[in-house]
Amino acid sequence: MNRNDPKIDGAFPSDRELADFVLREARTLDQQRFEDWLTLFANDGYYWMPLEWGQTDPRLVCSLMYEDKLLLSVRVERLKGERTFSQKPRSRSHHVLQMPHVESRDEAANSYVTWTAMHYVETRNDEQTLYAAWATHHLAVEDGKLRIKLKRVDLVNCDAAFGNIQLFM
Amino acid sequence: MSRYAGDAEAIRKLVREAEVHRDVFVDEELFQLEMEHLFANTWVYVGHDSQVANEGDFYTTTIGSQPVVMVRHTDGEVKVLLNRCPHKGVKIAGETCGNTGKVFRCPYHAWRFRTDGSLHSLPWTQGYDNTGFKDSPAALGMTRVKNVHNYRGFVFARLNDEGPGFEEFFGDSLSSFDNMVDRSPVGKLQVAGGVLRYMHNCNWKMLVDNQTDTCHPMVAHESSAGTAKAMWQKAPEGTPKPMAVEIFVPFMSPYEDFDKMGIRVWENGHGHTGVHHSIHSDYSAIPGYFDQMKAAYGEERAKAILGEARHNTVYFPNIMIKGPIQLLRLFKPISANRTLVESWTFRLVDAPDLLLERTLMYNRLINAPTSVVGHDDLEMYERAQEGLHANGNEWVNMHRLYDPAELTQKNVVTVGTNEWVMRNTYRAWAHFMTLDM
Repeated sequence: MNRNDPKIDGAFPSDRELADFVLREARTLDQQRFEDWLTLFANDGYYWMPLEWGQTDPRLVCSLMYEDKLLLSVRVERLKGERTFSQKPRSRSHHVLQMPHVESRDEAANSYVTWTAMHYVETRNDEQTLYAAWATHHLAVEDGKLRIKLKRVDLVNCDAAFGNIQLFM
Repeated sequence: MSRYAGDAEAIRKLVREAEVHRDVFVDEELFQLEMEHLFANTWVYVGHDSQVANEGDFYTTTIGSQPVVMVRHTDGEVKVLLNRCPHKGVKIAGETCGNTGKVFRCPYHAWRFRTDGSLHSLPWTQGYDNTGFKDSPAALGMTRVKNVHNYRGFVFARLNDEGPGFEEFFGDSLSSFDNMVDRSPVGKLQVAGGVLRYMHNCNWKMLVDNQTDTCHPMVAHESSAGTAKAMWQKAPEGTPKPMAVEIFVPFMSPYEDFDKMGIRVWENGHGHTGVHHSIHSDYSAIPGYFDQMKAAYGEERAKAILGEARHNTVYFPNIMIKGPIQLLRLFKPISANRTLVESWTFRLVDAPDLLLERTLMYNRLINAPTSVVGHDDLEMYERAQEGLHANGNEWVNMHRLYDPAELTQKNVVTVGTNEWVMRNTYRAWAHFMTLDM
């Protein structure tokens, strides 16, 4: 059972409910409740981290991540693994989000888009790395709850050379 | 205190028949000597000519520690120039790629150079009359690398004027490039999809070693490929196998399978895994592709091209290619304990888009800084980079399937878990480090 995953109050989500969802999602990640986090995705949901500035094509242009729920589940399962040596010791993450901005809402199409500027820190051992990004959430209501159809994370330096990024922004 | 500069004998002693001294990986002086000698005596990959398709197109990169610019000259040929103005040293081409027209213009004092590096013009030239300028190195313009070879689109350069010829250096190993290019129905590749850039806190040769290390996937990648395999096995009967699962699962092949896949060992440190079969052999057919290949080459030749599924071909010193999925990884040395890994992908011209899509999926699942397989490997390299400082045993071991007879053998196919290509890497290392000492 996913804590902090309430049903929306009315037939359609309010702007406040959309923003709260995005904030709760980041908190779920920082609290390392990765299985709860997966339930926030629709079954056909995707997590996308483009490689190019302003990228529009996830198929014939490479991305840092473009993963469906199966691949995201492999990551979550791997993080728990006894022989996952790159997570011994574990990484930790820290999100600082600006207030999510509701970019668009289309109740008839059950489609809601939010845009959120954020700073993200990932740390492991003595290393701590700061990333700056914008998260775009494409959300829909399923069984009274908000679900992620697409979470797109655009890094301000998406084309830079990075070391390991092991968790989720 | 200098321990190795100018001492070829001391450098050769770092490589035993089946062992390599840890200084080869951790010593900064040796790293500087690699930049000065090894990366100047060998043919180093620069870029692909599709990156500079038109006259004046340029691409900036490095050969070892040397900043260079690859450019399409007005005569249609690809030139490689050292990327510094002969005046004050300013890098002339500042962006990764672009078009400079017929001349490069230094942004500091507007000295101009033709795209073969020769000096085109200076502003306000009277100040140089009778100063001796015309006899100075500056008057020669940007330094051009004389030894450049474009092999079916892949551009290599040898910085030193003297050294082995291109064919002599690569020999039969070029067959892996041939196979990659022949997989296009029109025999042509294009750089496509963007480049993944992944910073590694380890020595560049750890990545070279890893390319023919067939005893690590089932161990180091148990966490990633093993998890994907286990999760796939729980999927309901009849679920269509996703492309990602096809990519991950072969990493978990057992030792016996890797043994049977075979390794081919060439001279000068080149070699490849996956002679008879490989982790790329059993990918699903792409609709329409075989028919295009058959039309282009005839059935027999098309089958021969596509039946060759070489796994990793490592080219000394610092690249690896995967012919069956059109991928090239470049291990750019930055310091003894730092390496930038660039993973490039190619489109097979006139082949279905789905091939490029699969290649890009492979690249992001395996080679990205966000890749779980990448995390598995980098953790091992970084632990090695730290662990090698331990005293007591200063040697890295490469005894698996060593036989002294190999020292006189050339172009051999052997058991797939043999560490012969690695041993050859360091034999080549000692040779090319000391060739001009």
